[in-house]
Amino acid sequence: MAIEHADVLRAAHLARVGLSDDEATGYVDDLSRILEMVDQLQAVDTQGISPLAHPLDATQRLRPDEVTEHSQRERFQACAPATEDGLYLVPRVVE
Amino acid sequence: MMQWETVIGLEVHVQLATQSKIFSGASTAFGAEPNTQACAVDLGMPGVLPVLNENAVAMAVKFGLAIDAEIPETSLFERKNYFYPDLPKGYQTSQMAQPIVGMGNVEITLDDGTTRTIRVHHAHLEEDAGKSLHEDYHGMTGIDLNRAGTPLLEIVSEPDMRSAKEAVAYIRAIHAIVTYLGISDGNMAEGSMRCDVNVSVRPKGQAAFGTRAEIKNVNSFRFVEKAIAFEVERQIELIEDGGQVIQETRLFDPERDETRAMRTKEEANDYRYFPCPDLLPVTLDSAYIDHQRALMPELPSEKRQRFENQLGLSAYDAGVLASSRAMAEYFEAVKEACGDAKQAANWVQGELSANLNRENLEIGDSPVTAEQLGGLIQRVMDDTISGKAAKQVFQALWDGEADSADAIIDARGLKQVTDTGAIEGMVDQVIADSPIQVAQYREADEAKRGKMIGYFVGQVMKASRGTANPQQVNSLLKQKLDQA
Repeated sequence: MAIEHADVLRAAHLARVGLSDDEATGYVDDLSRILEMVDQLQAVDTQGISPLAHPLDATQRLRPDEVTEHSQRERFQACAPATEDGLYLVPRVVE
Repeated sequence: MMQWETVIGLEVHVQLATQSKIFSGASTAFGAEPNTQACAVDLGMPGVLPVLNENAVAMAVKFGLAIDAEIPETSLFERKNYFYPDLPKGYQTSQMAQPIVGMGNVEITLDDGTTRTIRVHHAHLEEDAGKSLHEDYHGMTGIDLNRAGTPLLEIVSEPDMRSAKEAVAYIRAIHAIVTYLGISDGNMAEGSMRCDVNVSVRPKGQAAFGTRAEIKNVNSFRFVEKAIAFEVERQIELIEDGGQVIQETRLFDPERDETRAMRTKEEANDYRYFPCPDLLPVTLDSAYIDHQRALMPELPSEKRQRFENQLGLSAYDAGVLASSRAMAEYFEAVKEACGDAKQAANWVQGELSANLNRENLEIGDSPVTAEQLGGLIQRVMDDTISGKAAKQVFQALWDGEADSADAIIDARGLKQVTDTGAIEGMVDQVIADSPIQVAQYREADEAKRGKMIGYFVGQVMKASRGTANPQQVNSLLKQKLDQA
């Protein structure tokens, strides 16, 4: 399976990764090779094998419903670029 | 003129009533100072590990059992990736391929009493996002992450509803189930239940669905109905004018009573789900599921049937009284206190509901307790007071005049006189005082007498200040007037 230049730019945009046109061209090759390997894997007969959701052969441990965390707002907000009235401030989001 | 059919599917997000968040030990309490309930896990700080809240799982399982759904042995959490400032991790932990609750059924009851079954495609657990505050903070947006990580159960229906009324009945049914189960407070105004509505239209008789629009931000029963009504009309007009409905997300604006297209972005729906590496598969064995089943309270449909079959209520009465957990519990407490289901049903649906509606109160806010109402009904049933006096006593209880019916009956002297001697004395006095009316009565035929006796009854009741037993007054008067 081949990947196009536009696919790379689109994937980069979805991941919010800034790529120049030249960089994108390089990734067309790299990603295409990865997809070729995936194509090889696709050839394996997986009939009757359920998909692997997690490499560990373990199941999720559950936590009792108790409040164990208390406010550390000042500490968390110390590394935020802008705060006010206890809120984090971010560049305006227009709906 | 083309006949159109409406097709509706609903995604209902129910906020689960856990103490702590779905993946962290931060509190979920409503109304706290901004960002005081957002811990390192909720903020997506590096190196943190989410651990699933057992109670959120238990609540989802109970919901599944309540709608007769399959509960798969294994369910999985996945990451739904998108960027938005109130989603600190850059993804929402959700479920897609293997949700915790499989296919189920919800029975809805329409206003005319007919019932229909709406299929639930699945229900899955996920975390809520934070809140963006778009008031002006020097040209910036404020973010409160207290809500981030609050557990949600998203209940996804099949496109089985055919009118706005059915959609509202479905949401009401979901609301009743989750509040009966106690897994959510169901408070739509505070956002504990939110709806996305998928609406399309198609020519009647056509099997294929039309293109649907998804309406977000619908947060009351009334808005669901209004948003659908507007959207259906918009789509029909569009098609009849030669246009085409496009698949898009629209917002309902309750102030202008219309839906509007949200800014659409082609890639907006590419969420690139993949299994969350931080969370292992959740497995539930049958012992766990049976344990949850044993903890479930009686559900609305079961209650309705019991009210009908065991208490002998009409299907309508049973339906109304079982419609909410608060109403059903109040009614059962009144029945317990007075010992008569029929009387309890009449009072709860009559006098009490009328007063609640007038003052726009929920039954949980009723100033008259179930015990007080039960005590009042007892005094009607044992003939201590007349039905008319009972309404007076009820109003006095409502106004908080005293804390029991008996105290009001005593204070106001409302006790019915049932002593025949005393009533006879009053009857004789009234007859002696009304020679003209007595003569007219005795000349009249049977049909007229029936009407004329009302005058004498009124006089005796007046003389007794309303405390004489009206049946006794009536029969004594008839006996004495008809004698001569």
